[in-house]
Amino acid sequence: MALVALENVEAGYGGAPILKGINMEVDASDIGVIVGPNGAGKSTALKSIFGLLKVSSGAVKFKGEDVTNSLPDKLVYKGLSFVPQEHNVFTSMSVNENLEMGAFIRKDDFSDTIASVYDMFPPLKEKRNQPAGELSGGQRQMVAMGRALMSQPSLLLLDEPSAGLSPRYMLEIFEQIVKINSSGVGILMVEQNARQALAFASKGFVLANGQNKFSGTGRELLDDPEVAKSFLGG
Amino acid sequence: MNELIFFVNKVLVSGMVLGSIYALGAVGITLIFGILRFAHFAHGDMMTLGAFITFILTVLAASLGIVAPVPMAILVLPLAMVLAAGMALAIDKGFYAPLRARGAKPVILLIASIGVTLMIQGLIRLFSGVSSRSFYADTPKQIFRIDMSAIGATRPIVITEPQLWMVVLTIVAVLALHFFLTRSRLGKGMRAMADNADLAQVSGINTQLVVRVTWIIAGSLAALAGTMLALDVTLKPDLAFNIILPIFAAAIVGGLGHSYGAIAGGFLVGFAETMSVFNWAVLLRPFKETLPEWIPNDLSIVPTEYKLTVAFTILIIVLLVKPTGLFKGVSS
Repeated sequence: MALVALENVEAGYGGAPILKGINMEVDASDIGVIVGPNGAGKSTALKSIFGLLKVSSGAVKFKGEDVTNSLPDKLVYKGLSFVPQEHNVFTSMSVNENLEMGAFIRKDDFSDTIASVYDMFPPLKEKRNQPAGELSGGQRQMVAMGRALMSQPSLLLLDEPSAGLSPRYMLEIFEQIVKINSSGVGILMVEQNARQALAFASKGFVLANGQNKFSGTGRELLDDPEVAKSFLGG
Repeated sequence: MNELIFFVNKVLVSGMVLGSIYALGAVGITLIFGILRFAHFAHGDMMTLGAFITFILTVLAASLGIVAPVPMAILVLPLAMVLAAGMALAIDKGFYAPLRARGAKPVILLIASIGVTLMIQGLIRLFSGVSSRSFYADTPKQIFRIDMSAIGATRPIVITEPQLWMVVLTIVAVLALHFFLTRSRLGKGMRAMADNADLAQVSGINTQLVVRVTWIIAGSLAALAGTMLALDVTLKPDLAFNIILPIFAAAIVGGLGHSYGAIAGGFLVGFAETMSVFNWAVLLRPFKETLPEWIPNDLSIVPTEYKLTVAFTILIIVLLVKPTGLFKGVSS
């Protein structure tokens, strides 16, 4: 049984559907990467899983359970976590408070989870009492990912984690994503830097026009001449 | 020296009292704006309603023969605050929550709150009439006169018992709010929701619960401020409606959505008002002999009747110089 599965999902923002029946499956051991041209519905696919927009037909299943159109704050309790592309930190709150907010649903002692986030992103530890709004773009992305990990999710949804980052930070973030995955957290992410992301993806999904175009392992997609020609810029 | 004492009484004591009331009202408005993103126009009337609840409880307690070393209003205040919080929750559930559920824009909620204003005032007039009432109908207001003969003044510093309570309770309320917002999980969740409501929901913060807590805090602080105001002057149906505009000015001056800003804004507007209507010529009187003739006898910045303009002047200046308010607020 897949960790998360989209079955013929149609979804949109009220008007014409943006997703026109897409299928995806990701396991706990997977790093799934969604790529495709602008307006293909990549972010929409993530948001439809997390209940941030209405799924008009089809089903989203998490650990076998139908969670179609569940409320986001309820999905956090089930083990999903989402890092939006923009506005993904509480700018007026300190780094430490951002992490605490990620652990809002937890009633137990989460100090060791905070420690592990600081181990993962050492620059954050020095800036723990600084408002997150004062950090650089790369460090904000670390705060955003750290916040999402605080609830100890089994599936992490990332919307363009490398957007706006320098190549150095991009590689650092990607490295951490691989590490998070190896600790048993399934990953499903949307990425513009398709080549770099597919290189470490165990599953790749090429979307275009709200539909699945190609699916396979990251390697298969990178080696497929048609994918390379149409979607990876030759 | 008497002139200086006059200044302390007219500007510092009055400013402190006015500032406390503005601050407590503005905190409620700023919290509601931060969480629900609309200007709660009916907040003044929630303050009046709170004062009336206190008044009714005071009468009830007196008729039961309860005696206390503190004024009865202070004794029943905690219960009145609880009841007022319940009222605030009921008003939200009855009028604002259904609109939010339909995705109403902030301006619709603002209009609805004007409706709530009219309704609360109407209900109060219906049940208690339009007359003013005093908490001190039976017992006289205790007045503290601090003797200042040590510095050569014949006049004392005058502070009434309710004014003293007001300052103390405002400090307690502000400290309690500070610790709630910075130490407790729910308080931090509230700040998170005011900062970024979408991300708060994505983090699993129970936004419905945060909304309820916001009303509880805003409602109980409104009852506190309303009661204090009624103790200082008299209780009437448009008690706090008359000061809702300076309270809004205080909240905006401090940066909407920013609790500390609202407190600072409240005291700023309060002191500015008392300083503007103060006749500064009084302070020059001891030097009358040595000063030139042309200095007029009235040096107040604005006449008392135009006190309301002070809040707006400050508001306009702050918006021109620092549009986000003294503290960085959230934008709508």
